Amino acid sequence: MTQINVRVDGVTYTDDVEPRTLLVHYLREQLGKVGTVIGCDTSNCGACTVHLDGAAVKSCTVLAVQADGGEVTTIEGLAPNGGLHPVQKAFHEMHGLQCGYCTPGMIMASVDLLKENPDPSDTEVREGIEGNLCRCTGYQNIVRAVQQAAGEMRGAGSVSPAEVDTAAAPHVVGQA
Amino acid sequence: MIPAAFEYARPTSIDEALQAIADGGDDVKVLAGGQSLIPVMRLRLAAPETVVDLGRVAELRGVRDDGDAIVIGAMTTHHDVMTDPLVQQHAPLIAEATETVADRQVRARGTFGGALVHADPAGDLPAVALALDAEFVIAGLQGRRTVPAADFFVDYLTTAVEEGELLVEVRVPKLAGEWGMRYEKFNRVAQAWSIVAVAAVVRREDGHIAEARIGLTNMGTTPLRATAAEAALAGAEATPEAIAAAARSAAEGTSPSSDLNAQADYREHLAQVLTRRAVTAAAGL
Repeated sequence: MTQINVRVDGVTYTDDVEPRTLLVHYLREQLGKVGTVIGCDTSNCGACTVHLDGAAVKSCTVLAVQADGGEVTTIEGLAPNGGLHPVQKAFHEMHGLQCGYCTPGMIMASVDLLKENPDPSDTEVREGIEGNLCRCTGYQNIVRAVQQAAGEMRGAGSVSPAEVDTAAAPHVVGQA
Repeated sequence: MIPAAFEYARPTSIDEALQAIADGGDDVKVLAGGQSLIPVMRLRLAAPETVVDLGRVAELRGVRDDGDAIVIGAMTTHHDVMTDPLVQQHAPLIAEATETVADRQVRARGTFGGALVHADPAGDLPAVALALDAEFVIAGLQGRRTVPAADFFVDYLTTAVEEGELLVEVRVPKLAGEWGMRYEKFNRVAQAWSIVAVAAVVRREDGHIAEARIGLTNMGTTPLRATAAEAALAGAEATPEAIAAAARSAAEGTSPSSDLNAQADYREHLAQVLTRRAVTAAAGL
């Protein structure tokens, strides 16, 4: 066993882990952070994406011991006090999901993308989340959600849910 | 799936790392960014006795200017390589190819040196290193040696790095004169490996191509230089017709595999098309 000190969603943990423990298993099974899900288990799908020291990583492809001394943010710690991060809010408003399984990873990858590129083109959004697979949506509303969040985070398109133009996501009409 | 149990060492210097490798038993794996090693360990395709994690060896990270070359530390992440000003200035081909590696999460962890030592025939960086005539600095307990790219890639997943050794850094010579570079990659879906890719580095002089260096990705068990096309381009006019004619010999001397993505003859076709495109762009046409 190896002792690790890691800060997860603002809380510091000291734990003994086997070196072979994957970060995603540590987060889910030892810390109960089940908001981070396991999708493909082959480093492809990105569902398990978290931020490690400020960068999006696939937590199924990082050992927990590699996070020792580091800072991890999961989907559960993205916004304080049960609130929603602008990207979470935009995925909700623009219906950027269907089954929702890819959503935690999609959101964590999108937040990382917007940090580096606050005003991406649609193509840049699609390339920025190429490491995340959604098998339901066809990505259209995911891209719209990321763009809406980008606008809000730039301070340009700050809109409350009631004012969202649902014409941008036609099939959402009536579901709100 | 989780990896099989292993002994874990986390050195903080190159010397400590070499000692840890020496002490690690018969089956030691060096962990760089882990974006290839952890997946194969998870699938139990690799079950090393000891894993030596280079994550804390700070002296292996970063890019520096060394006069006639830029020097890229083996543990520099793909993200840090492609955003590095020295790389962008002196070896934009590396930045261009690195941007096509996998996806942003993998590029945040995966490393330049790790990808080169892994030497996957479909990996993008080996052919780029070959086209740039990079030099590989390898450390062992007995000292350091430098291996040219032409001798570094030995066979499938096999490089000149021997057991007990470590790739420390890669020297990329600065190019003098009017050089252009281009990486042309063909794959079918996002984050996929190259089916074939071509790295072209071209020097123009008085409307002619003075020198062309062409690296081929996934046209054999190792990255290859398209030597016949390079010879046909040397001294040729910098015209679309001359480049197209030379590119027809791009697959000479290669031995591409056939797999689910492509048959060998299709790969040969791709090598010609991508060579024409890459050289044309690198020549500024």
